[in-house]
Amino acid sequence: MYDKEKLKEIEKRRNEWERTCYAPLKERIPERMERFQNLSWTDIGPLYTPVDVRDKDYIEDIGFPGEYPYLRGVHSTLHRSRLWTMRQFAGFGTAEETNRRYKYLLDHGETGLSVAFDYPTLYGYDTDQPQSRGEFGKCGVAISSLKDMEILFKDIPVDRITTSMTINGPAPIVWAFYIANADNQNIPRSQIGGTIQNDVLKEYIAQKSFIFPPEPSMRLTVDTFEFGFKEVPRWNTISISGYHIREAGSTAVQELAFTLADGFEYVRWAVRRGLDIDTFAPRLSFFFNAHNDFFEEIAKYRAARRIWARGMKDLGAKKPRSMLMRFHTQTAGVSLTAQQPEINLVRVAIQALAAVLGGTQSLHTNSMDEALALPSEKAVRLALRTQQIIAEETGVTGTVDPLGGSYYVEWLTDKMEEETMRYFDRIEQFGGVIPAIESGFFQREIADASYKLQTKYENGKRTIVGVNKYQMEEPVDIPILKMDEEGERIQINRLKKLRAERDQSKVDRALSRLRKAAQGDENTMPFILDCVHAYATLGETCGVLREVFGEYKEPALY
Amino acid sequence: MEKKIRVLVAKPGLDGHDRGAKVVARALRDAGMEVIYTGLHQTPEMIVNTAIQEDVDVIGLSLLSGAHMTLFRDVTDILKKNNMEDVLVVGGGIIPESDMPALKESGITGVFGPGTPLEDIIRFIKENVKG
Amino acid sequence: MTDLAGRVLKGETRAIARMITLAENDAPDAAELMSKLHQSSGRAQIIGITGVMGAGKSTLISEIALEYRRRGMTVGIVAIDPTSPFSGGALLGDRIRMMEITTDPEIFIRSMGTRGMLGGLASAVYDVVEILDAAGKDIVIVETVGVGQAEVDIIKIADTTMVVLVPGLGDSIQAIKAGLMEIADIYVVNKADHPGFERTMAEIGSLVDLTVSAGGKRTPVLGAVAIESRGITEIVDEIEKHHSELEISGEMAEHRRRRYQAELVEIIRKRLMNLIFDEAVFKGKVEGLLDRIQDREIDPYSAAEEILSRVLK
Repeated sequence: MYDKEKLKEIEKRRNEWERTCYAPLKERIPERMERFQNLSWTDIGPLYTPVDVRDKDYIEDIGFPGEYPYLRGVHSTLHRSRLWTMRQFAGFGTAEETNRRYKYLLDHGETGLSVAFDYPTLYGYDTDQPQSRGEFGKCGVAISSLKDMEILFKDIPVDRITTSMTINGPAPIVWAFYIANADNQNIPRSQIGGTIQNDVLKEYIAQKSFIFPPEPSMRLTVDTFEFGFKEVPRWNTISISGYHIREAGSTAVQELAFTLADGFEYVRWAVRRGLDIDTFAPRLSFFFNAHNDFFEEIAKYRAARRIWARGMKDLGAKKPRSMLMRFHTQTAGVSLTAQQPEINLVRVAIQALAAVLGGTQSLHTNSMDEALALPSEKAVRLALRTQQIIAEETGVTGTVDPLGGSYYVEWLTDKMEEETMRYFDRIEQFGGVIPAIESGFFQREIADASYKLQTKYENGKRTIVGVNKYQMEEPVDIPILKMDEEGERIQINRLKKLRAERDQSKVDRALSRLRKAAQGDENTMPFILDCVHAYATLGETCGVLREVFGEYKEPALY
Repeated sequence: MEKKIRVLVAKPGLDGHDRGAKVVARALRDAGMEVIYTGLHQTPEMIVNTAIQEDVDVIGLSLLSGAHMTLFRDVTDILKKNNMEDVLVVGGGIIPESDMPALKESGITGVFGPGTPLEDIIRFIKENVKG
Repeated sequence: MTDLAGRVLKGETRAIARMITLAENDAPDAAELMSKLHQSSGRAQIIGITGVMGAGKSTLISEIALEYRRRGMTVGIVAIDPTSPFSGGALLGDRIRMMEITTDPEIFIRSMGTRGMLGGLASAVYDVVEILDAAGKDIVIVETVGVGQAEVDIIKIADTTMVVLVPGLGDSIQAIKAGLMEIADIYVVNKADHPGFERTMAEIGSLVDLTVSAGGKRTPVLGAVAIESRGITEIVDEIEKHHSELEISGEMAEHRRRRYQAELVEIIRKRLMNLIFDEAVFKGKVEGLLDRIQDREIDPYSAAEEILSRVLK
């Protein structure tokens, strides 16, 4: 990128600077820390210059937004033409309560929906099953049947708004609820758009809401890819996630490496089934965390795009759309404090800015009260306003990849890519992602990283404002979300009524046909849709799959 | 022979967030305790059963899904039925201040919300463990 | 402790657990209670299972226990993990992989730390085995980590010792270096569905061939996929076969004798160490001797002589 002679001169001058300008001052005024490290334990120096990016070729390595390798962004105009989707993850209690929250959010300017399900739903259990005890509606909305999905989206135009659903183990079934709801409103499947998270590999690694063992889970995932590009072409059939891996305690590099490794693994499985990579790849999407180290996060998103593009090319992708990585971002839940909760607003604003500068397609900002409970109306409104301020008032949307060319950011992007490649090698040594999961490789890396970080907080080597520095003895004084106490009873009665009123023989036949399909190798989606249309419940449908595929027991090394 | 404090770290219910439980388990180990970690998806019965066989001094319950009022109290109920009230029971996770009094009443002696220093948990256990 | 020994003999879970704690902590009344229990022990079959970390031992044990239950027997399991030499604490994580059997009232599982003892066992494991035996368990499985030549003490306590390996990662070579090859009565290569299984089986097989006994007895090598419950009946059959062979040949009595010798040695060692380093009476003396060694007034051997002559008086 730079003239060789000029570079030599810059390097000379830089070393001189360090000797004559930097070192003496450091003597006089010692730096605040021995080492400045980011959240992947990479040492950060005081200054970066063209010397640090000397080997870069602008055209090959950095390039232009909307063009391979997409380092600078996936679209040439990015936020100049279309702002990222403001998509707040929401859900609690009954479908009615959540429907009201969705309307509130849409009224206040959110531009896409995102569904949070409760734990029983995440594990494929109905509200009235014994495993659901105490868990109804606590961390998301309870959806046990198509009826619940109908209520959830009442008066919401699913042909005009996209919905993301955070569901993994039973994803095909919950997706079927959504599709069936559109079917019943005579909305063509080609017109509904959205995303299902459907990323089972990271469940084994981090979020732990897996149900079946790896092989059948991957089969179901590829079933959704296939069904998706044929029947529901506007749907992102997977959101390959790093968010949860990061929340579980990984470093930023691990988040990057493990997520992309998972991504390439899904592609391999689909290709092995015989799918043409360019048919399903355009509908693969990603989901990253927006954590505290501002520049590290931006470098991470950039590196992600470049690594993915190059990797997909290697795997045989031909269409540009198959190589460009689109992603959703959520600000780091784990960084929120219960102490002095208002300051979370500040944390979220900075994290959100990093996501925007990193070129995200979609963004969720956490609410300030989320270390304590699910967001209240006021808190979630403020979270939305944070995005709107960034979009409308800061001016950062006027140019694409404004931090491109920063010596620091380009250097850090390359560094993160290098370290990711090293992780890819280590995963290869295990024989791939799934053997690595089964030997507990990822889980151990994450547990070690989280313990190391926690120790630094405990020793005061790293600061959390309000928790280990600038503490206050102040009672928390913000409104906490209260849910309808009758909710569980309402839901259980609804289920009773549903079971009494539906055509039971139709349900039984559909479930039995699903069982056969699952035992064979047909695509399970059409069979699942039949069950769902017959008003079989989530628990019943998932129960069939549990019988056929079995349940996964994690190796649990710690 | 020195007596070791034996702690059962348990995750009741469906909650899959185990980062905290694992960090606490390691910290207790580093503080000289013997820690039995049960893994995910434990029913209250399984937790108490394990506590009996392992003859633990402390049970640490971790829950971030909001189901603590039901599940923590299920555990203390079963402990009471089994005359195991000499076991110190503590809890952690996402637990609002307003829920803490009821939990303490039911037998959860210490409740450690987000941001609690590990040192505090270790000290609490050492000071409150019976025998 | 209303008749704790009696309750242990009746098989009461709470009592068994309590008794184990007393033995582990070397409580004052432990010796007396243990002597009551010893009368009723000697019936149980002791199976020792060792192998490197990640071999899937705990899952395998869980499956073996289930198989024994199917055959109408009751099981006790002792899972031993290393105690940290720095903190004195331990992460006892084997139970996680035994979730399936955790609520069976006829299976008792106890996790133990090595608490400073080398050899892969815990000092109190002899007591724990006796307790489970006296409580009526037909089978007692002792699980330990065997990573090096030092961790082979399992043979002292078990009637049948099983070494578990996994394919790939050059484990079979590691096992040879570790001396594990000399102690096994049965080899199990777990995770048989992994690449490299055939080769590992062949490697172990040829090593085993080298040690075929004079009577032509060859140590069995079995494959298993514990997580899918495959190969388990064969393993249990082989254990039972070994057990009968021991009974018939009279070797069982020798095994038992070896165990009691190891136990005796351990009890004496503990007593002596307690006496010398813990008892107030001697501790002061030891501190004084250490001072003199540091000041080079006396050498360690002479100091030891002083302590021993006092003890042996």
